[in-house]
Amino acid sequence: MLSIIVFLPILAGLVILAVPSSQKQVIRIVSLLAALAQIVIALLIWRGYDPSMAGIIAAPGGSPAGSFQFIERLPWINIDLGNFGKLNIEYFLGVDGISISMVILTALISAIGVLSSWTIQKQVKGYFILYNLLATAMMGCFVALDFFLFYVFWEIMLLPMYFLIGMWGGPNREYAAIKFFLYTLFGSVFMLLVMIGLYFSVIDPVTHNHTFSLVAMASQENYIKGAILGPDNTLWRYVAFIVLFIGFAIKVPMFPFHTWLPDAHVEAPTPISVILAGVLLKLGTYGMMRINFPLFPEVFHASLYVIGIFGAINIIYGAFCALAQQDLKKMVAYSSISHMGYVLLGLAAGNSEGMLGALYQMFNHGTITAMLFLLVGVIYDRAHTRQLDKFGGLASYMPVYAGIVTVAWFASLGLPGLSGFISEAFVFVGAFSSVTTRNIAIVSVLGIVFGAAYLLWSLQRMFLGTRKPDAAYDLEVGSDGHEHIHFHDWKGKLDLDARELVMLVPLAVIIIALGIYPMPVIGLLTTSINKLVTVLTPVVMTSMN
Amino acid sequence: MFELPSGAEIQAIIATLNASVGFFIPEIFLSALFMLLIVIDLAVKDRKNDLLAMTTLLGLAGSMYFIYQQHAMPAGEFFFGMYVLDEFALFFKYFFVVSGMLAVIVTMADDQFDREVKSIGEYYAIVVAMVIGMIMMASSADLLMIFLSMELVGLSAYVLTGYFKRNASSSEAALKYLVYGAVSSGLMIYGFSLIYGLTAQTNLLKISAELAVHGYDPLVMILATLLILAGFGYKIGAVPFHFWSPDVYEGAPTPITALLSVASKAAGFALLVRYYFISVPHGLKPYEDFAGIDWHSLLILIAAASMIYGNVVALWQKNVKRLLAYSSIAHAGYILLGIIVMDKLGTQATLVYLLAYFLMNFGAFYVVILIANKTGSENLDDYRGLGKTMPLAGAALTVFLISLVGLPPTAGFIGKLMIFASLLNKGSLYMVLAFIGIMTSVISLYYYMLIPLNMFLRDSTQTEQRNMSISMTARIVMVALMVLTIYFGIYFAPMMEFANYSSAMFGMKFQ
Repeated sequence: MLSIIVFLPILAGLVILAVPSSQKQVIRIVSLLAALAQIVIALLIWRGYDPSMAGIIAAPGGSPAGSFQFIERLPWINIDLGNFGKLNIEYFLGVDGISISMVILTALISAIGVLSSWTIQKQVKGYFILYNLLATAMMGCFVALDFFLFYVFWEIMLLPMYFLIGMWGGPNREYAAIKFFLYTLFGSVFMLLVMIGLYFSVIDPVTHNHTFSLVAMASQENYIKGAILGPDNTLWRYVAFIVLFIGFAIKVPMFPFHTWLPDAHVEAPTPISVILAGVLLKLGTYGMMRINFPLFPEVFHASLYVIGIFGAINIIYGAFCALAQQDLKKMVAYSSISHMGYVLLGLAAGNSEGMLGALYQMFNHGTITAMLFLLVGVIYDRAHTRQLDKFGGLASYMPVYAGIVTVAWFASLGLPGLSGFISEAFVFVGAFSSVTTRNIAIVSVLGIVFGAAYLLWSLQRMFLGTRKPDAAYDLEVGSDGHEHIHFHDWKGKLDLDARELVMLVPLAVIIIALGIYPMPVIGLLTTSINKLVTVLTPVVMTSMN
Repeated sequence: MFELPSGAEIQAIIATLNASVGFFIPEIFLSALFMLLIVIDLAVKDRKNDLLAMTTLLGLAGSMYFIYQQHAMPAGEFFFGMYVLDEFALFFKYFFVVSGMLAVIVTMADDQFDREVKSIGEYYAIVVAMVIGMIMMASSADLLMIFLSMELVGLSAYVLTGYFKRNASSSEAALKYLVYGAVSSGLMIYGFSLIYGLTAQTNLLKISAELAVHGYDPLVMILATLLILAGFGYKIGAVPFHFWSPDVYEGAPTPITALLSVASKAAGFALLVRYYFISVPHGLKPYEDFAGIDWHSLLILIAAASMIYGNVVALWQKNVKRLLAYSSIAHAGYILLGIIVMDKLGTQATLVYLLAYFLMNFGAFYVVILIANKTGSENLDDYRGLGKTMPLAGAALTVFLISLVGLPPTAGFIGKLMIFASLLNKGSLYMVLAFIGIMTSVISLYYYMLIPLNMFLRDSTQTEQRNMSISMTARIVMVALMVLTIYFGIYFAPMMEFANYSSAMFGMKFQ
C-alpha cells in the first residue's frame, strides 16, 4: 500500500517519458491520474488506520509490527563486512500518528499542485517528470522508517526542486534556486554524519546488528555504551542533536536560517510555491518529531527553552517582515515563517497539548498556505503583478475570488471556526501549561495581533475601497451600465474559472470543516502524540538516599 | 666485488623465473597486444583507425579473461619479491583494463582526433602501454619495480598528453607534465635511496621487517617520507603536488584527461596504499619522537588541503575541463580520507570511492566530449541552452555531476557514505576531517551546478540552428554509464562486496 502511494508518481513520470513532448494534455492528465490515485490510496490508508496503535517506538519485544501500521519491510542492502559485522539497510516503510496526517496532506497538495500546473506552457514534459519525482520523494520521506531510506528520499527532493524553481521561475530564479539548494544541502550533509554515527551506536534488539531503523533508534536501550553517540557520550550527543536540529530547522525554516524561503517563493511558479509551503516545510518539523527529538530525548529536554525562543522569534519576526512587504507573495511567504513558529513553540512546550497543536498546525498550515499561494497565483496570472498597491476595490468586481480569499485570510489569522484557530489554540494551551515556555507564549501571542494586522491590511488594500490610480487593471462601464474591470492581455474568465474552483473549494471546505469538527484529524494523532511525549520525558531518577 | 653466480644459482634463478611467469600472464598478453597494435599500424594502409580501436578493445577485453583466472591463484610474491599477486592488485587490474577500454571508446567518439591528427597511429598502442604500467604499479612490491612502472606510466602519459602535435595547448600541457613528472620522479627516487640506505633492502616486506627490528633515524625517515610522498602525490594530483593538473587536464586530448584523472590517479593510490601500509609502519616508537610527524599526519594535511583547495579554486573556473581538474584534486582529498583511517573498512571505502569515481568521472568527460564535438568548445558560457538541444546529454551530465557532489541516489553518494563511515568508525578522532569533507562537498555543489545551470536555466546566445544529434553508440555508452551510476547508488551491494573482497593485501599487518 505505502509503496504504491510512494512510487505512483514516479511511474507516471516514466510513462510521461515515453509520451512525445507535443502531447501536453496527455502529460498533464497522466500526472493528474497518478495524483488522484494517490488521494484514493491515502483515503484507503486513512480508513484502514487504527488510531489506537501508538507508533513512535517498537512494540514491547522490539518488533515494530504491533506499533506501526501498513508496514513494509524488506532487506535492501545486506552485506557481511567481516569483522565490521553486517551492513544492514532496509526498505522499511510504515505509518503512525505522526505521519498519517502528513501522508494525507501530501497526497492532497500534490494533486492540487498538478491542477495548478495546468497553466505551465514551457517544456511541459520536463516539468511534470520533475514534479512527479518530487512528489515521490516527499511521500517517501513521510513513510520511511529507515534513516538511510529517509535520507535518500530527503536528498532526492533537492534536485527536482532546484530545476523546478530554476527553469520555470521568475526573473531572479537562478539565485533563488541555488540558494535553496545550498541551504538545504548544508543542513542535510550534517544529517549524513549523524546518521552514520547513529548507525554505529545502535543495535537492533531483534537481529543484534547495527541498524538504520528509526524505530530501533527511538528506544534508548538500544544504544551501545561507549559508542560515538552512546548514552554516556554526552558531548557528541549534544553536537549531533544541534546539527540535526539545524538541518531540519533550515527546512522549517527557522530564524536565522529562513532567508532562502522568501527568495524561493517569490521566484517559484505557483504550484511549486504550493508544494514548498504545503508539504516541504512540514518535512522540517516532521523530521524533528520523528528523528531529532525521540533519538536524543535528554538533549531535547535541555533545549526546550531555546527552541521556544526560536519559535517566538519566528512568530514575531515573520509577522513583522510580512507587515513590511509590498509584494503579496513575499508577504504570504513571511506569514508562512511566522506560522511555522507556532509549530516550533508547540514542540517546545513538550507536553501533549503543545505537541498535538504543533502536529495539527502542520496539517492546517499545509492546507491554508497552499490556498494562500494558489490565490496569489490567481491574481498574478491576471495582473502580472503582485504589488499590494496596484489593486483596490477588487471585491466588487471579483466577488467569488474575494469570498474565497476572505476564508483563507481569516483561516490564516486564526479566526475561531476555521481550522487554524484550533491548532494555534492547542499550541498556546500547551505552551502556557509548561513552566519553561510560559513567558515565551505570552510574548508570542503578540504574533497573532501582528498577523491579524498584515492580513487585514492587505485585504483592505486589495479588495476594499476603489481602484487605485495606477492599478493593474482598467475600469470601464459595460453596456449594461455596470462598472467592469479588465486586465491587460488576460483572455480568461475575470473571476475564478472552473479549474481554479476545483483547486480552491476542497481546501476551503477542509479548512471550515476541520475548524468546526477537528476530530477526524486529531483523533488520528492523539495516541501517537501521547506516546511521543512519554518517550521524550526523561525518566526521573528517584533518589536512593 | 660482484661474483659470477655459479651454475646451480643460475639454475635456481631460471626455476624461479619459470615459476613466476605463470603469475604474469595478463601482463604478457597485454604486451603482445601492444606489439600487435604497432604491427597493424605499420602494415595496414587505410581506414586503420577503427581497426586499431577494435583490436585494442578486444585485446583489453581478452586480458580480463586471464585476470579472472588469477582469482584461483594464491596470494603471494614472485619474481624475487618484485611483484605480488593479491586481491588488492586484481581489483586494480580490472580497474585499469576497463579504464583503458573506456578511454578507447571515448577516443572513438571524439571528433577532435579527426581534426588534429591525420592518423591515430601508435596512440592505442601507447594507451595499452599505459594500462600495463598502471597494472604493474598496483602489483609492485619493490622500490625498483615501483619506480620502473611509474616511469612507464609517466612516459606513456607524456606522449599521449602531447598527442595533438600542432595544438599549442596540448604541447604545452605535455611539456609541463614532463617537467613536473621528471622533478617528482627525481625526488621520489632520492627518497627511495634514503630508504635503501636505512635498510639495505628494496623489497617492501623486507623493509618493513628491517625497520621493525633495527629502528631508524627519525630525521632521515621523515625526509624520505616527504620525498616519496612528492612522487606519489604527483600521481594522485593532491595539494601541494597538483600544479601540473589543471593545465594538463585542459590541454590534453579529453580521453587522456579522463584516463589521467581516473586511472592514473587510482594507480597512484594503489601504490600509496601498498607502500605505506606494508613497508613503513605508522606510529613506531623512535619514529614518532620526531615532533610526532610521520607519513600519517602528512597525509592528513594533504587530504585536508586538497579538499579545501580543489573545491574552492574550482568555484572560479570558466572552462569545464579545468573545472573538472580542480574537482579531481578535491576528490583525491576525499579518497585519501579512506587511506588515513588505516583499517580494512577504510581501504574498502577507498576502493568503493574509486569505483564510483570511475563511473562518474568517465561519464562526465564523455559527455563533455560529445558536447565539444557539437559546439567546439569547453567553455561554461557555451553550455548555455544545451539542455534544450541535447536533453539526454544534459540529463546524463547532471546525473554525473550530482554523483560527483555525492548526493543520493548515485554511486558517488555511496563513496562518500563509506568514506565518512570509515572515519566515524574510528571514533571522534577524525571528526574534524569528516567536517572538512562535508563542508567542502557543500561548496562543490555550487560549481558543479554551474554546468546544469548554464545548460538548463539559461538560454543559448546562438541563433543559427546546429545539428545536435548524438550517434546511437554514444547514446548507448552515455546511458549505460548513467544507469550504472544510479544503479550502484540504489543497490550498491555488488560494489561493496567486490571492495570487501579486494581489500585483502599481501603482507598487510592490520585487519
